[in-house]
Amino acid sequence: MKNTGTKSIISDKMEKTISFELNGKKTEAVIDPAQTLLWVLRNHFGLTGTKFGCGMGFCGACTVLLDNEPVRSCQLSVGEVEGKKLTTIEGLSTGGQLHPVQKAFVEHDALQCGYCTPGMIMNATGLLLKNPSPTEQEIRDGMEDNYCRCGAHKRIIEAVKTASADMKGGK
Amino acid sequence: MKKENNKIVFSDEMTPVVGMPRRDFFKVLGAGIIIFFRPWGAMDVLSMPAEQRHSLPTDYNAFLQIGETGTVKCFTGKIEMGQGVITSLAMEMADALNVPFEKVEMIMGDTDLCPWDAGTWGSLTTRVFGPHMLAAAAEARGVLVDLASEKLGVPASQLEVKDGVVTDINDSKKSVSYAELTKGQKIKKFLDVKPLPEDYTKFTIVGKPRNHVDGVVKATGQAKYTGDLKLPGMLFARLLRPPSHGAKMTSVDYSEAEKVPGTKVIHDGDMVAVLNENHDLAENALSKIKARYSFDEMPVSNKNLAEWLVTEDKVVDVLSSDGDLAQGEKESDKVFESEFHDQYLAHAPIETHTALAQMEGEKLTVWASTQSPFGLKDTLVRELSMTPDNVRVITPFVGGGFGGKSPAQQGVEAGKLAKMTGKPVMVVWSRDEEFFFDTFHPAGVIKVKSGIDKDGLIKLWDYTIYASGSRGSETTYDVPNAKRTHYTTGRGNPSVHPFATGAWRAPNNNSNTFAREVQIDIMASAAGIDPLEFRLKNLKDVHIIDCLKAVADKFGYKPGKSPSGRGIGIACGADAGAWVAHIAEVEVDKNTGNVKVKRISCAQDMGMCVNPEGAIIQMEGCLTMGLGYTLTEEIFFKGGNISDRNFDTYDIPKFSELPEIQTVILDRMNQPPQGGGEPAIIAVGAVVANAIYDATGARLFTMPFTPERVLEALKKV
Repeated sequence: MKNTGTKSIISDKMEKTISFELNGKKTEAVIDPAQTLLWVLRNHFGLTGTKFGCGMGFCGACTVLLDNEPVRSCQLSVGEVEGKKLTTIEGLSTGGQLHPVQKAFVEHDALQCGYCTPGMIMNATGLLLKNPSPTEQEIRDGMEDNYCRCGAHKRIIEAVKTASADMKGGK
Repeated sequence: MKKENNKIVFSDEMTPVVGMPRRDFFKVLGAGIIIFFRPWGAMDVLSMPAEQRHSLPTDYNAFLQIGETGTVKCFTGKIEMGQGVITSLAMEMADALNVPFEKVEMIMGDTDLCPWDAGTWGSLTTRVFGPHMLAAAAEARGVLVDLASEKLGVPASQLEVKDGVVTDINDSKKSVSYAELTKGQKIKKFLDVKPLPEDYTKFTIVGKPRNHVDGVVKATGQAKYTGDLKLPGMLFARLLRPPSHGAKMTSVDYSEAEKVPGTKVIHDGDMVAVLNENHDLAENALSKIKARYSFDEMPVSNKNLAEWLVTEDKVVDVLSSDGDLAQGEKESDKVFESEFHDQYLAHAPIETHTALAQMEGEKLTVWASTQSPFGLKDTLVRELSMTPDNVRVITPFVGGGFGGKSPAQQGVEAGKLAKMTGKPVMVVWSRDEEFFFDTFHPAGVIKVKSGIDKDGLIKLWDYTIYASGSRGSETTYDVPNAKRTHYTTGRGNPSVHPFATGAWRAPNNNSNTFAREVQIDIMASAAGIDPLEFRLKNLKDVHIIDCLKAVADKFGYKPGKSPSGRGIGIACGADAGAWVAHIAEVEVDKNTGNVKVKRISCAQDMGMCVNPEGAIIQMEGCLTMGLGYTLTEEIFFKGGNISDRNFDTYDIPKFSELPEIQTVILDRMNQPPQGGGEPAIIAVGAVVANAIYDATGARLFTMPFTPERVLEALKKV
């Protein structure tokens, strides 16, 4: 809705046209390529589901998928997404339907304050794209660097298991 | 981009109206029955700080409105930070009014729309706010039935309510909905008496597990937190911070910062802020400021912390005194003396303190991640010299608080800058600022001297707290000669702590339960009695006894004298009106000192449980978060300088540490509801310490139980 053919200016120097696919839509932005991807997503594109947590890539609240790979958007510049496919939490559900990972998080109540949740869901989605049938240990290892302070870990593991079963069932 | 005019677009569940003066409130809400209620008793008022006390006699804590369409708006000054009250309060409201759950809409944490509330803390929402809200709802229902009686010409006693429709029990054709009844009418009632006890057992929604209503918006990224709001012309502000607490700025040069395109610098007293529409550029400008400081700091660090706390705290406060300690010592066959240490801990919510402020004419609106919107409003009124009518605080979803967002300094910073610049200003604390300005869980020292007779009965309990707080320090066990003493620096004197401390989930109870329950374990072991049996033998409190029995059953506990080598520990305690008992199983690597908690079971008596799903989630959260203060979390500092400024060195619980978790909630539907968001965290340190002892014979007296401390303790076995 907000990113079709967008052309905007953030600062008046070092600008370049960055072309990439954002949540399934071809997108262009005239922008300083050194700008932090997280803040460009939030302020330029209004995609505020991607959260600021620690600013140094430790906590995972800002996780997005870049060519289906979970990455920390606070550690990337917008220039680094040139020509790539970027998916944020807003682009995960299709046709008004929750993505199986989102659905599983809701069903399991795998969240409390919900602030880490978009990052958790994006990381889990990336994990399942790479390994559709992870063991519990593989889920723990894969989710290890996404932090949740409320202590929803138990339910997040259960949700990822459910999503894994659901996604395989849908194929 | 979505077109935005000068108003923010809110999600439905938060704040529907912007900038409405209080006097227009009823005009805007229009028709409907409005019930006021006054939820604070005299004792509650007296326990409030003076600045908060002033508004109590004339203000109301919450009210509800039944609208023309039959929807029920429930207004509360409480906020939602993950504890799930946006769901559980709505469940209670729906049950008490006999309306479908889906008809209830929560309006939370808006100082213009919601009546005064001190703050969301102390597990008070369900046990203090809840019963009063239920009483108001019950009265609203009574008023509606009376109206229906008049309209239908049927005695009230002959009417029943279901799903918001009042029906004659003898003639189902005679019925009228709440919506039809409230149309065009506004009836005010004022409840000035204590609420009648509710018969919770008649509820059909309360007591049944229900998923959180905010799950979908949070899982799709639509849920709005403060930092997700945006206003036209909004500037990001970054503030210059001192290198340590106790540092004072002596000179500052921001000429280079001003050269960063689009940057405005504000220098006002001690405050130096850079503002820019672009977050990265604000960050960049901040890095170009050069400042010098003078330092005046306390000579304390992690190295001499315990000695410092004990020598600096000199003012005695006797909390309780029963029997005679000398007599207790005489009656004791064995006497034990221990000293327990606990550290400074960070709250570390994943959402940092965030605020957005806007001036419109004379009116300041501040959106803030805070546990106390009304507290922030009071502070803004005071610090910005404004009138209460001209300050509004709105609290969107809060990304975790745990006590750390009771203070809301960031809201004042945003408010000041918005007032000075005339532009909307967003302040998002960096993780560094979040650690630096945190009001840490206080470090403390607890000394216990206790004694048992030949039968294993506790005869002596002499309990002394230095520097930390007394919550949860009750003797708990049935001891004839018991005294509790609390040392402080004294009222009005400077704190013993080199930086701010404050409430951290179940404040201080973690420290006190750790000290008490380890001391109990020491005595059980010395008496040669199974630690569960020893506790049951010395307890009279049936609530804790029931919890211990329930958790033993859930865990499949088999008696054994400790240390049994099995690695199984027990602990129990009380908090926020609720009771808990834990059993944990650990594995200790004697070569590395590494502790792995394999399983932890917890039984909780919390009175009536409104939403068992939400309560279990809170228990799981407590048990998981509790592993942090138990095993890894400790703020390192020197004087006023905080060494831990991000998650690379401050280690919060992660997926790899998650044990198997089992929870039991005791069926107490006929009892008043108690707190549920904190109790299960209090005994995690104690239960793990006791399990480590059971595994190895090593006693841990200092939290967290890092590999170094475990190896040190193992040397003494």
